[in-house]
Amino acid sequence: MIVSELLEHGFTEVALPDPEREIHGVYIGDLLSWVMGRAQADNAWITIMSNINVIAVATLADTAVVILSEDVELPEEIVRQAEMKDVNVLRSPKPSYETAVLLYELLK
Amino acid sequence: MSEPLVFHFEVDVSDFTSAGTASVTVKKNLRQLGLPSDVIRKLSIAMYEGEINMVIHAEGGTADVIVTEEYIDIILKDHGPGIPDVDLAMQEGYSTATAQIHSLGFGAGMGLPNMKRYSDEMKIDTELGVGTTVTMRIWIR
Repeated sequence: MIVSELLEHGFTEVALPDPEREIHGVYIGDLLSWVMGRAQADNAWITIMSNINVIAVATLADTAVVILSEDVELPEEIVRQAEMKDVNVLRSPKPSYETAVLLYELLK
Repeated sequence: MSEPLVFHFEVDVSDFTSAGTASVTVKKNLRQLGLPSDVIRKLSIAMYEGEINMVIHAEGGTADVIVTEEYIDIILKDHGPGIPDVDLAMQEGYSTATAQIHSLGFGAGMGLPNMKRYSDEMKIDTELGVGTTVTMRIWIR
């Protein structure tokens, strides 16, 4: 499944510089070092963190998309950073667990 | 054999949120060199953790990345307080970071363990009151 297909399933666009990126697997986490140690490249990463370091971690860990659960807002300047650094960011109205359950179904 | 490529960075502490600039730049440069993506991923994560550590604990420092045909070395040098107990600092979950650092998503006690996890060799030289130098090597083949 590619990132832009999620827009048809209740996810909304925050930054989408690389819409064709393939998603393989999901990781949930809010402690950034933990995410860097455990997330795999091409994962969809679900988090409630919304500071600038999220963009750096997504770049370095090479995740396919950051999904902000519970409709967390991302400040405008960070959205611009995401676009500049080719980091896809979507928003989900559901909590992290329910977002993950939905992704599980979609990625099957 | 060609000369190694060297990248040098000053890791600035003035703006915590800009930490990672050096790692992201190195990642971009190594991509242009056509290095394998798993090598680049390992290196950039290990280096980012090192950068964050220098910002949190040592008020910044320097980062040097040396790229040869066989391996990449990352040398992170700071003049911070030094690490009193390296074995303890290497344990996953052990952290001395403040609440403010936690609110930014760091301080999980995973920095040094991640650096070890993602490098093939790691050496820590530290002296209390003088500073710390961490050298990591990642083999390309």
